[in-house]
Amino acid sequence: MATANVTNNEQYNYEVIRKFTIMTLVWGAIGMFVGLYIASELAFPVLNFDIPYITFGRLRPVHTGAVIFGFGGSALFATSYYVVQRTCQARLFSDGMANFTFWGWQTVIVCAALGDVLGYSQGREYAEMEWPIDILIEIVWVVYLTVFVGTLMRRKQPHIYVANWFYLAFILATALLHTFNNLAVPISLFSMKSYSLFSGAQDAMIQWWYGHNAVGFFLTAAFLGMMYYFVPKQAGRPVYSYRLSVLHFWAIIFLYMWAGAHHLHWTAIPDWTSTLAATFSIMLLLPSWGGMVNGIMTLSGAWDKLRTDPIMRFLIVALSFYGMSTFEGPMMSLKDVNALSHYTDWTIGHVHSGALGWVAMITFGSLYHLIPKLWNTKVFSLRLINIHFWLATIGILLYITAMWISGIMQGLMWRAFDDYGNLQYAFIESVAAAHNLYIMRAVGGLFFLSGMILMGYNMFMTIRSGNVEQTPN
Amino acid sequence: MDVLLWFTKFENTKPVSLVIFFVLFCGVVFYLYGSKRRGKELESFKNIPLQDDEFK
Repeated sequence: MATANVTNNEQYNYEVIRKFTIMTLVWGAIGMFVGLYIASELAFPVLNFDIPYITFGRLRPVHTGAVIFGFGGSALFATSYYVVQRTCQARLFSDGMANFTFWGWQTVIVCAALGDVLGYSQGREYAEMEWPIDILIEIVWVVYLTVFVGTLMRRKQPHIYVANWFYLAFILATALLHTFNNLAVPISLFSMKSYSLFSGAQDAMIQWWYGHNAVGFFLTAAFLGMMYYFVPKQAGRPVYSYRLSVLHFWAIIFLYMWAGAHHLHWTAIPDWTSTLAATFSIMLLLPSWGGMVNGIMTLSGAWDKLRTDPIMRFLIVALSFYGMSTFEGPMMSLKDVNALSHYTDWTIGHVHSGALGWVAMITFGSLYHLIPKLWNTKVFSLRLINIHFWLATIGILLYITAMWISGIMQGLMWRAFDDYGNLQYAFIESVAAAHNLYIMRAVGGLFFLSGMILMGYNMFMTIRSGNVEQTPN
Repeated sequence: MDVLLWFTKFENTKPVSLVIFFVLFCGVVFYLYGSKRRGKELESFKNIPLQDDEFK
């Protein structure tokens, strides 16, 4: 095994993967801390301290940017570079370009956070970054695509493994989405401010075509690529059905593109657009659950690993949350359900069951598998991984339960009428009623953040005991 | 020009796209499950991640 490692590492570029892996842990801790802080601000507004830079409106995009693009993005760069090299038996196309993607991407995350805090925002969810940062993202992304495709083209393995299809679809779709959603005209060359090329309902539809597919391709397809490599690796057995994974791929990338307008039910968009989006959202349930079953059934015949291997537990629970949130999403896209759930905390709960339960848990499992291999060592403490698992799971459950109750309560209070046809509750009454649930949500976040910090410590100790010199690049 | 205008009407393009995508989907399903020999070959690719330690 040691011989294989040395040989493989001469063949592969692990240096850039190590850097992205470390930054995944750093951005995870920062992003989740900011998330916890803004959750606490909602429960205790005094935490704003009357300082504009740390109000909810400015820190919220810092949180989403750090966890989605910092934590999730760095994890995707790391694992995609690892998976494409290992499954193609080829070194990255260009070490210099790969290194550029690392520094470029980290610059993007820092600049985006600074811009948010200082009040520069396009006002587009998950695309708050103003035009100069958007151009930098575009450049980094094209270089990323070049490195990935270049590596695929120099492969020694004739077949392109399905995980790489998911990664490639994510890279291509993100390029498309980012480009069109950020078409804007700056008010001057030396100003951060710009205005969107689109207006009104069209602008909203472009934004939610982007927003939903950011979920579909960045937070789903790409992490499915991670799943299709790391679940079989950790389980030590191949994926349940390769043909099902191919069907999963084509169905999911086709269906996701049409579903974005369900974020705009009951607004000024055409009714048929709403119906189309809801229909495609319902259809998405089939490939999503097909993929979930495919991942979970990989353990068929080896279920005992769930008792003995905490890393496997992370991966399988991630798949369970994937199944749960891909059931909840189509349900919430139904117009009648959406009439109750839209604008309430139910949406926040749904997003976090996907983001924490699926994205973060599959990332944790994959990194626990990956880091010892990158540093040619063993995990410092399996016990800490087990504690992390329970902290994360309890944290998610507290979080989403609080948001479900709060969201459904808000929806019901906002639509309640008294005997005279007047609204039964003032808006502020629904805010006051949610107070305890906001505290519960913050406690859930504290659990999750504690697990993240524990992972940082465990991996720091693991890396310290590693031997990179035996793994030359 | 008339052909192009025909494509601008949703009542025309909706059923056409439905047929195209349905046929494509059937094609993918047939490709994956239509032949035992091809199925066996496709399934053999699932071992790629497990073989990557063996390559030198």
